[in-house]
Amino acid sequence: MHTPTAAGWVKPALFLLCLVPAIDLAHGAWTNTLGVNPLETLTRSTGTWTLRFLLLTLLITPLIRVMRTPALLRYRRMLGLFAFFYASIHLGTYLWFDKFFDWQEIWLDIQDRLFITAGVTAFLLLVPLALTSTRRAQRALGNAWNRLHRLIYVATTAGLLHYFWLVKADYLEPIIYASIFAALMLARIRKPSTVSVSRVS
Amino acid sequence: MLIRIPKRSDERESAVTDPEIYRQRRVFMQQCAAGMAGLAGGLLVGGQVQAGLIIGTPRSSPYSTDEELTPMHAATHYNNFYELGYKKEDPSRNAAALITEPWTVEVEGYCENPGTYAVEDLVPMDQLEERIYRLRCVEAWSMVIPWVGVPLATALKKLRPTSQARYVAFQTILDPENLPGQRRDVLDWPYVEGLRIDEAMHPLTLLTVGMYGQVLPNQNGAPIRIIVPWKYGFKSIKSIVRIRFVEGQPPTAWNQATPHEYGFYSNVNPEVNHPRWSQRRERRIGEFRKRQTLMFNGYAEEVAHLYSGMDLHKYF
Ligand code: HEM
Repeated sequence: MHTPTAAGWVKPALFLLCLVPAIDLAHGAWTNTLGVNPLETLTRSTGTWTLRFLLLTLLITPLIRVMRTPALLRYRRMLGLFAFFYASIHLGTYLWFDKFFDWQEIWLDIQDRLFITAGVTAFLLLVPLALTSTRRAQRALGNAWNRLHRLIYVATTAGLLHYFWLVKADYLEPIIYASIFAALMLARIRKPSTVSVSRVS
Repeated sequence: MLIRIPKRSDERESAVTDPEIYRQRRVFMQQCAAGMAGLAGGLLVGGQVQAGLIIGTPRSSPYSTDEELTPMHAATHYNNFYELGYKKEDPSRNAAALITEPWTVEVEGYCENPGTYAVEDLVPMDQLEERIYRLRCVEAWSMVIPWVGVPLATALKKLRPTSQARYVAFQTILDPENLPGQRRDVLDWPYVEGLRIDEAMHPLTLLTVGMYGQVLPNQNGAPIRIIVPWKYGFKSIKSIVRIRFVEGQPPTAWNQATPHEYGFYSNVNPEVNHPRWSQRRERRIGEFRKRQTLMFNGYAEEVAHLYSGMDLHKYF
């Protein structure tokens, strides 16, 4: 399936697919079809897509394991960077449309509103991951790279807390996303039977 | 401008807008295109309708603001009415799930005239007024909506509350079989709200049966609701089936759900921080820039005296 020739077009295709939500939103903004409160739609939609891309990124490792297709690894960086891409737009809509770059208000918001504190934490945790996503950084950091990039677990947790804390009463959607995250984390725990017998713990 | 008591049979008619007055020409055209031209013509030109009752022209009111109206489509398609779904666009989609006929309001508690009332018994249709009010949602957005109704005081006086009635409690319809939002315990159904008796009797408090010159659409709380323009929107309870005069402060739905976020009073107050939304500014729907939120939503002159001596940070 993932022969080198297939990968040749899969990656650009995946790239375009990942851009679809952004194109859709841009088109909606252009044609004024984002509903009654379009700025809110932009913030909410990009927030949701940030979370989805974080979960998609986290899906790669278990998928590789289940499907025994190590080739999938080559798509993980792109998914992670798209999470960061949507997070940046999400943050941008907040800074501009919600706060109009009133830094004093923003600072108060970060202190006063737990969901903003959590969101900012999640975003800040993603920054070093995006910066060290190049192959060069990966090589330079060696083992430390792996440890550093475990921050995605913390960032996703903070993103989920952000979601739980901003919801008014209907927790169904954050619960669904949190369950998916929990499943992806559980899938990382190797079952003893799949580990070669001689391993010690 | 006409307002009629809706009959089940002409539910769809009530979706037709008066285009001249409300600049809803586009919506109107779409509806004409959808095949309702005949009905609209009947309403506007002939002044006659096959079914339902014409109630005359609502009087204008000195309490109205002259700010630009929010388009009717926005006010009817961006709603917080959890009984009909938890997302803003759900209530308009699920509007048909609210069955408004037959409808009665139970009146109970400390009053001389308790009993079961029809909407027309509580709202004298020959005294309808149009009140153009600002509506400020706790979520930091706002609209300007022309409501149609009578002062709540008009109705309450007929019920003759006794001296023990210090608060008025309201309850929304409970119908989990039909109302999709009530199938999950997102709030402790039924939705309840309450006002202190002086707040309820204040001339700004409107017992509302219409908006934009029409009967209330279901998603906006048909057939009867209140509007308390100096409080956050959730205080203006929709689709009322019960009014009870009580002695102690009644429980209110959002306060019960999250007491530290939503107080009993919930007066619009830019100085009282909310854990979710800064209340200093608001987005008027349709505008890009945010506006400064005004104390008591700009009705301080009329209502500030109700709270003199009260610590509004404590009684938020
Ligand atoms: C990795 C980081 C983040 C993730 C995963 C994330 C995720 C989300 C999600 C899922 C929503 C809810 C969407 C919905 O209601 O459908 C949301 C809403 C929101 N987020 Fe974020 N977010 C992140 C970072 C941030 C940051 C840094 C800020 C601002 C400082 C922020 C501000 C907001 C705001 C203002 C809302 C809308 C709340 C409302 O409408 O009441 N988020 N975010």
